[in-house]
Amino acid sequence: MDFQLSDDQKALRDGIRSFCEGRVPVDTLRELEVKPELDRGLWGELAEMGVFGLRLPESDGGVGLGTGDAVLVFAELGRRLVPGPLAWTHLAAGLVDGAASGDVVVGGVDLRGPQPDPILVEHLQSLDTLLVLRPDGVFRVDPREVQAQAVATPLDPLTPVRHVGELPRGDALGDADAAARLRLEGAALAAGQLLGICEATVELAVAYAKEREQFGRPIGSFQAMKHLLADMFVRQEATRAAAYAGGVTLDQPDVGDVERCVAGAKLVAGEAAVKNARACIQVHGGMGYTWEVPVHYYLKRAYVLASQFGDTEEWAGDVARRLDDEAA
Amino acid sequence: MDLRYTASEETFRRELRAWLAEAVPGHGATPPQEDWDARREYDTGWQRKLYDAGYAGINWPKEYGGREASLTEQLLYYEEIARAGAPYVGVNFVGMLHGGPTLIVEGSEDQKKAHIPRILKGEEVWCQGFSEPGAGSDLASLQTRAERDGDDYVLNGHKIWTSFAQVADFCELLVRTDPEAPKHRGISWLILPMDVAGIEIRPLPTLAGETDFSEVFLSDVRVPVENRVGAENDGWRITNVTLAFERGTAFASDMIHLQQFLRELVAAAKQVTRHDARAWDDAGLRREVGHLAAELDALWAMVKLSVSEASQTGVPGVGAAAVKLFYTELYQRVCELGLRILGRAGLAREDVGELPSGKVLHRTLQSLSLTIAAGSSQIQRNIISERILGLPREPRPR
Repeated sequence: MDFQLSDDQKALRDGIRSFCEGRVPVDTLRELEVKPELDRGLWGELAEMGVFGLRLPESDGGVGLGTGDAVLVFAELGRRLVPGPLAWTHLAAGLVDGAASGDVVVGGVDLRGPQPDPILVEHLQSLDTLLVLRPDGVFRVDPREVQAQAVATPLDPLTPVRHVGELPRGDALGDADAAARLRLEGAALAAGQLLGICEATVELAVAYAKEREQFGRPIGSFQAMKHLLADMFVRQEATRAAAYAGGVTLDQPDVGDVERCVAGAKLVAGEAAVKNARACIQVHGGMGYTWEVPVHYYLKRAYVLASQFGDTEEWAGDVARRLDDEAA
Repeated sequence: MDLRYTASEETFRRELRAWLAEAVPGHGATPPQEDWDARREYDTGWQRKLYDAGYAGINWPKEYGGREASLTEQLLYYEEIARAGAPYVGVNFVGMLHGGPTLIVEGSEDQKKAHIPRILKGEEVWCQGFSEPGAGSDLASLQTRAERDGDDYVLNGHKIWTSFAQVADFCELLVRTDPEAPKHRGISWLILPMDVAGIEIRPLPTLAGETDFSEVFLSDVRVPVENRVGAENDGWRITNVTLAFERGTAFASDMIHLQQFLRELVAAAKQVTRHDARAWDDAGLRREVGHLAAELDALWAMVKLSVSEASQTGVPGVGAAAVKLFYTELYQRVCELGLRILGRAGLAREDVGELPSGKVLHRTLQSLSLTIAAGSSQIQRNIISERILGLPREPRPR
């Protein structure tokens, strides 16, 4: 057992990190905020970086890596709040032509559980293809055939949503097992993005606590503040371990209960990212409550990601069910 | 990132599991909590069996009779002994996890020869004389005096939280040898035989009603100067060596026990009836259990990550404080849930009907020590924020 990142994995992570730092700085997020359409240029560059074809075999034009590697990449995308239906397009590589190359933007909606009311779909107006996960399979829907209304004020200014009236059934792409598998993989990727938010909020909060002075001292010298930041760090580290384990267990199913591991990763990551983002706002004080200081982006994105591919409540119930089966 | 065990790691696990399957049932039942002679015999007897089977001192160097197992093997070791329900390290704790390793690194050849083989075979029990009533988290402010008188030190002072003092042969003792020096620079580390004149041991019952702890009063106790480990007034550095061992892989067994405990709480929740349904029929309660189980899995993944990182760097990762903090607080939350599942059966510290209230209450009360001992949660948060996150340090009066 060696759970550390390999040298190749560190290089992969560092490559995508420096790409995101250069290509999606905060100012870019501010520009994108006012545009409802996805930035296709950025999408193509992400495809060139291998974000979408990462797990596709090399013989099919992909990078041929595993889900553990994908979690590392998605953590970097999450850290920089890269917008768009990243996980869905990544999942669609191999299922939908053009997804891996970035030519076709694929979004999705997860109706695996009881059908939610209302159905909201992220980035619907920018999609070329919509994937629908239902209990009985994976379906492909033409977004132009979906009756939906734009939501004028989405929670996350970088994640436009539409409220769906009628959703056609679409063409079957996979069976119930395929849908369950995609949902697990999606949960693992979302856990990666949420890990990125945990890390980014720790960095921002620590930097601010060192710089901001009150009572003649940096606020980070006060224990009340230190302990809040230490708790953020612990949540980040628990999330890191859980998210990595979720990805690796999907690749190495012999090492544990795959569904329980991914469920736990998604649950822990969703909760940690929301708590860290809230704490980050708290550390920033009054400025954290403004629109101008971008820490609110992290909290809003954390809520969006926490809701995708199974939320905390669903996965907690699922883990309990598996404990019950184990006991029986 | 590879979570698969290698063939040699799997062999290590298989052999250990086979040995435990025979050795554990053969060792008999745990003696009563307050029968200290029987507890010493039980724990040291188990230590001897580990020694004979080649599993004593799992992390000790081979040169000193240990197994010198890799960190991953240590993790497997603690996982397997927990799964097998093997005896805990018990009264051997201080010798095996503190005193012995400290002597290996800092002791003289004579000190090593005199103590290390005996600790390893379960022939010598140690206790710890570090904390004092006035020196808890601020350990370096300790006041127990050691004054030179010829070839002896003469000791006077008052130690507290000394586990297993009743049955110990030796004590790892911190004393002040230079009261004029800054507090970190006037401390020495001594080997105190527990059978010399002037030592009074007073058990200090815990809130769980146990007498694992004692206060130790030292009145004109004479110890030969040759019992000092390391240089005079260099004891603070040696103490940090000692404490580094404490935060090794040994927590792993407790984490496996906690996972087992959560499964037992699921069984209890199926037995308890609330109004007209089982406690387990409450979806909210089930989700809480699932949530805690997921956090326990995350904790276990954290341990694997920190073991993997330490295997490469050779030092316990900076994450040790994060693991300790997360583990101890999670443990208490599991216990709280256990109490809520029991409801009013939790008014009894013994099993009521078919319900495991005895065990749940015992664990819950004991768990209160976890966030205090071995560096309180508040100290861990200071360590994380100052040493890992690099926040400005607290002002340190000299």
